[in-house]
Amino acid sequence: MSNIQKTYEEINARIRSGEAVVVTAEEMVDIVRAKGPEQAAREVDVVTTGTFSPMCSSGAFFNFGQMTPTIKASKVWLNKVSCYAGLAAVDAYIGATEPTEDDPLNKIYPGEFRYGGGHVIEDLVAGRKVFLEAKAYGTDCYLARKMQKEVTLADLPYALLCNPRNAYQNYNCAVNLSDKTVYTYMGMLKPHCRNANFCSAGELSPLLNDPHYQTIGMGTRIFLGGGIGYVTWHGSQHNPNVPRTEGGVPRKPAGTIMVQGDLKQMSAKWLRGVSIMGYGNTMAVGIGVPIPILNSKMAAYTGVSDADIFTQVIDYGYDYSNGIARNYGEVSYAQLKSGSIEVNGKQVPTAPLSSMVKAREIAETLKGWIRDRKFLLNQPAQLLPDADMIGGEGSKK
Amino acid sequence: MYNRIYILHFPKNTSNEPIIYQLVKQYDVEFNILKADILPQRDGLMILELKGTKANVVKGLEYLEERGVKVERLAASVRRDDEKCFQCGVCTGVCPVGALSLHRPDMAVLFDPDKCTGCSLCVPICPVRAMELSLGQDALTEEIGS
Repeated sequence: MSNIQKTYEEINARIRSGEAVVVTAEEMVDIVRAKGPEQAAREVDVVTTGTFSPMCSSGAFFNFGQMTPTIKASKVWLNKVSCYAGLAAVDAYIGATEPTEDDPLNKIYPGEFRYGGGHVIEDLVAGRKVFLEAKAYGTDCYLARKMQKEVTLADLPYALLCNPRNAYQNYNCAVNLSDKTVYTYMGMLKPHCRNANFCSAGELSPLLNDPHYQTIGMGTRIFLGGGIGYVTWHGSQHNPNVPRTEGGVPRKPAGTIMVQGDLKQMSAKWLRGVSIMGYGNTMAVGIGVPIPILNSKMAAYTGVSDADIFTQVIDYGYDYSNGIARNYGEVSYAQLKSGSIEVNGKQVPTAPLSSMVKAREIAETLKGWIRDRKFLLNQPAQLLPDADMIGGEGSKK
Repeated sequence: MYNRIYILHFPKNTSNEPIIYQLVKQYDVEFNILKADILPQRDGLMILELKGTKANVVKGLEYLEERGVKVERLAASVRRDDEKCFQCGVCTGVCPVGALSLHRPDMAVLFDPDKCTGCSLCVPICPVRAMELSLGQDALTEEIGS
């Protein structure tokens, strides 16, 4: 029996004819366990993944249309959230973590950060009106000095979700070994290691199912914010050069993806403004990546289970903020999801920040799209850089 | 087991009787002092978590009222807006009584209002503010008959 090899074209042909076998990354665990990677690769064409959690480094480019007299906006706000306007006359970028300009921040500690850029994006995709203000210095070709109007997403001539870093491949498990409570982007951490928070969809997470980026790269078509989007580059902080398990899975935060998609076809269910006490506001983003099972290797990779994925326990009370690279052990996602891990010989209760329920819903939705022939796989123009290839051009070794 | 949080207002002229001691001794309730501000010649305030059988907690509260202590439920209830909640589970790490818990293996976040003491730690922790505090009167009137 020869080793199975499939191409994107062959898989897409099977999708078009309604014959493709599509399963979620959770379902694939049992399939690979029962049948082995070679047989699983023969039977399964696509594995769908999903993740839904707060993802900083998200935001949207938008054009807000001209008025008479025309304006070259130099400062722009949406619902009092400052946008970056140094792009062109009426183009701007709104970042998910930008707070409202009059937010008390951490002046009353810990701050609540009730509203910010992520909430503006959620309001826009929900169809709600948003108040736009712009200021300008005025030029001969752009006379106006200010602009104020209510806009909806439908009013904007152009809106592009553009997230420079999403879908982290693995993430730290956070504890606090200091004497006082700390409020971090990993949530509230009680002193003396009394709780541990983690943030990954584990066996459902996109990049953990393609650990060496053999199918994900520039042009991969994905589920993004309830609509269709694309992987457009490796994300900022993409770092494939990390310790890995025998199965190739990173043991600490590693790869990331930059993603883009037309905001107008996305949904407020999958782009949610979030407030993290004492830290700030950001946005929860729903992402699902389809992984073509081109060969037995991809079947083995997508068969990864929570018991095979490990991460480091990191102290956010002192080490993280002081740049000290140190861990307090390694734990599997099976242990993290069990509700308790052992740190320094003591049982510590765990809590997730990433929604498994929503991750599963995304993987199921994407599976449905592919089964209904509404979604075809797109072969990447170039794969994400693997170890020792950062910035490198050309194909993988 | 019945577990609730109360705010106790002690008037200036409360008797010298060791009220909390009597509460434990006579009514067999566990207590956890969350805040206490009691000084001579001033109104005192204490936030107390009481745990015991419902009958004993109610009798204990009646005893407090008899001694001139004004009793208020800290929060009648916390409710979850299921539309807003996206089931991340971070609240399960702060809930002290297991009213918020994870269902395994699917990791769905469950909320049991009967276990909730109304401590409201989950309210600001929830990233999408799905947990809401409502200061309803029902529980108060039912328990201390005021």
